[in-house]
Amino acid sequence: MQGNIACAEGALAAGCQYYAGYPITPSSEIMEHLSNRLPEVNGVFMQMEDEIASICSMIGASWAGAKAMTATSGPGFSLMLEGLGYALMTETPCVIVNIQRAGPATGQATRPGQSDIMQARWGAHGDYRIIGLSPWSVQEMYDLTIKAFNLAEQYRVPVILLADEVVGHLKESFIIKPELEIFIRDSTMTDKPFGTEQDDGVPPMPAFGQGAKLLVTGSTHNQFGIRKVADPKVQDILVNRLCNKIDRHKKEICETESYLTDDAEYLFVSFGISARSAYAVVKQLRNQGIKAGLLRYKTIWPFDEDELKQTAQNCKMIFVPEMNRGQLVLEIQRVLCDKQVISIPKTQGEAIYPSEISNEFKKYTT
Amino acid sequence: MNQEILDRLRMDDRFPHILCPGCGIGSAMNAMIRAIAESGLTNDDICIISGIGCSSRVPGYIDADTFHTLHGRAIPSATGVKLAHPDKEMIIIAGDGDLLAIGGNHFIHAARRNLDMTVILINNHNYGMTGGQYSPTTPQGKRAKTAPYGCVERAFDACEMGIGSGAVFVARSTTYHTPHLKGLIKQAMKKNGFALVEVISQCPTLYGRLNRMGDAVKMLEYFKENSITVSQVKEPKDAEGKIVIGVLHDIEAPEYYESYRKVCEHAQRR
Repeated sequence: MQGNIACAEGALAAGCQYYAGYPITPSSEIMEHLSNRLPEVNGVFMQMEDEIASICSMIGASWAGAKAMTATSGPGFSLMLEGLGYALMTETPCVIVNIQRAGPATGQATRPGQSDIMQARWGAHGDYRIIGLSPWSVQEMYDLTIKAFNLAEQYRVPVILLADEVVGHLKESFIIKPELEIFIRDSTMTDKPFGTEQDDGVPPMPAFGQGAKLLVTGSTHNQFGIRKVADPKVQDILVNRLCNKIDRHKKEICETESYLTDDAEYLFVSFGISARSAYAVVKQLRNQGIKAGLLRYKTIWPFDEDELKQTAQNCKMIFVPEMNRGQLVLEIQRVLCDKQVISIPKTQGEAIYPSEISNEFKKYTT
Repeated sequence: MNQEILDRLRMDDRFPHILCPGCGIGSAMNAMIRAIAESGLTNDDICIISGIGCSSRVPGYIDADTFHTLHGRAIPSATGVKLAHPDKEMIIIAGDGDLLAIGGNHFIHAARRNLDMTVILINNHNYGMTGGQYSPTTPQGKRAKTAPYGCVERAFDACEMGIGSGAVFVARSTTYHTPHLKGLIKQAMKKNGFALVEVISQCPTLYGRLNRMGDAVKMLEYFKENSITVSQVKEPKDAEGKIVIGVLHDIEAPEYYESYRKVCEHAQRR
């Protein structure tokens, strides 16, 4: 099955009842597949007039109680940033799939890229935290889409699946587990759907129609949802909780995978399809007797700093291959400021090959 | 104030409201609440959705599920709520800038789609919230903060735009004719499909002042003297320079959700 179709099926398995999107290469297979499948399960499929409308209608559906998703690529993701900020501020669970392509602007519509990593983290205005996941296989297009829904519902936050054209169009077989862990949103009736006693809590989220007489606003609001746009304390409490609820739950949210890192002298740190090439390089180097390892980020945002520090502790050099001009490497350099961290960027709008990574590796190690 | 209106409002610390003295939005809101009440709908039956602007602040005062969304995005946001919750009555309140400029694309496509919702456009011919800049409905030659020499652009006729885009019900009234307006809103809510009610409203603080139109009372008198009902228009020139009020358009067309349900049934029979 194709990665994009696996993503769509993962959404259905997670209980997605609403999809709204706008056609864009290389993500369109997701919406084509869901236009076929959602009517079969009494779900709603909408092709909207643009990506702004897509994300807004998805947010509306989520407030009406439905699990909701949209999918897009670079230019569409740029348009969605407005709605992304609204979803963050109103703590609306939703899933945004970004099948990344080479940019900026229209760029190379049919070619892969991983250059929206920082945009996903910082693109909307204001202070916030987001969750971003990075699949490296068709299996993970399925699994991480389900995980994206679970995290979105649990933390009341938009979750971005940061896939790329290679994984999206990759065809592989994968395993569908008969039993899934599905998180059900806490929709307990409350008069405080926007605040908790703790400064890192996730409030319950009653839906429209449940009788809660909700006040949902993108303006600064107190725990009741009442606008308090000139109250410094309310803004402070809200923004800090939006960040704390993610930052302080990194242990539960973050997922990384380590390959042969225990005795590694040379550590590759990567994500998505780039990590797959890096994995091939690690195996080659091990065959040559070179102690190489790979730390792969399945959860890019929030960034798991502790795992990186621990894994890299005894490493001589760190290499970061990625299909952009060097984005995630900035995080790694920030965390490992006392280590030699080398960026292996590729900006040609095609997958980064193992040979390209090993050539760069050789330059620095011989 | 009538107790029936008060009962529909959130009476905690939301009042006094933010609207300027003489603003027409309160009159439109009053007509809307009465229309909801007279239609036999409780506050639990409705969802009131808005974007950003003076008129978009109305939902915050009403004790119902309310959704204060992004500038221009009330209609797509309502689309998601309605499709996930088809039993709810969707009422959208928008200003002229919100609905026709930044939200113009959503407006025409929602009208084309014909999903059941009622859009109340409060048209005061300028951007009030940001200080009186010209909007897509500022008449050519009229002044605004960003049109100190008079507006160069031609204005939209929102009702014509709605009709041209496929809305099944289009009507217009003014803040002078509030009982008339209330009746139109009732009809619009009853209509199964995309319905638009334009309310010509006064902004004495900005648009009115900049164009030396006098105070709110003067502006309301202007609406009174310059309005003409649909039935009074015998030939096109009768409407020239006038505000044509009443039901401008009322047709039957398949409603989106009902059509989509048929698609679901078909998909499930396969």
